[in-house]
Amino acid sequence: MDTMEANIKTETVDNTIEGNKGSSITIKVLFFARARDLTGLNEMPLEVSSGSSANDCLNNLVARFPSLEEIRGCIVLALNEEYTTESTIVKDDDELAIIPPISGG
Amino acid sequence: MMAAEEKTLVEILEEHNPIDLAKYINYVSAPQAGAIATFSGTTRDTFEGKVVLELRYEAYTPMAIRYLKSICSSARSSWNLHSIAVAHRLGPVPVGETSVFIAISSVHRIDALDACKYVIDELKATVPIWKKEVLANGEVWKENSEFLERRLELGKKDGDCCGKKVEAEVHDKKGCCGTKVKVNEEGIANNSTGHEGSGEVE
Repeated sequence: MDTMEANIKTETVDNTIEGNKGSSITIKVLFFARARDLTGLNEMPLEVSSGSSANDCLNNLVARFPSLEEIRGCIVLALNEEYTTESTIVKDDDELAIIPPISGG
Repeated sequence: MMAAEEKTLVEILEEHNPIDLAKYINYVSAPQAGAIATFSGTTRDTFEGKVVLELRYEAYTPMAIRYLKSICSSARSSWNLHSIAVAHRLGPVPVGETSVFIAISSVHRIDALDACKYVIDELKATVPIWKKEVLANGEVWKENSEFLERRLELGKKDGDCCGKKVEAEVHDKKGCCGTKVKVNEEGIANNSTGHEGSGEVE
């Protein structure tokens, strides 16, 4: 039990596993196609712990939107308009896109 | 030697703007180029026996443009090309209309023809554009098999695909969705039909 509890102003409801080691960062998450159907959102801000990976962000999103689990296995992620791996560490103001299987052309 | 007139045009057109094929053919035309190869992707009226009313496209536009430009650069490094134009429509594209158009010019035809095939193949595998097939009794997000085959390289991810809608031809790779196929280490454990593309309708 922390006597310093009052200092901790948790603005985030679901934070990542890392906990509040230090700062939080905020990224922008974009949802496309089926992902948008499932979440009902085009985009949203997401606050996560500094040092979080794209995978951490995805876990966070699936926790908020359990229906995303349905497509989790076939989406890819893009960070700042480039495809990325889940282990990539996200930075403040990054743009993370949830990309279901594409079908251009 | 860089050709001073070498040009590349990439356009993503907003909804309700039909593609003007002549515009792009004119763009790539050049006195030095003896060949212009084009590809036009059009909406078909049926898919696996089901009547398609229209296709609806959306895109992650800034990233799509970025990747289309990158594909054009790659094409230039593989073939001797003069000019390249690629246009993709967004929004509804009725049957018979063009959703994607590629025009490439080169001195000799082999370069333009081969590059044209390359560009559409790469587009289908990597460019973040999606289409929804509108049928009489439902809508289905489509999934390009080219993407599914390449997905693991793109995102370096492992895992099966999503549940609903559309499967790709399963070769050795995991990568099919649609009829909730479970691919174990070898073969398909649970498969209803060998669908290619969307078969399910809500």
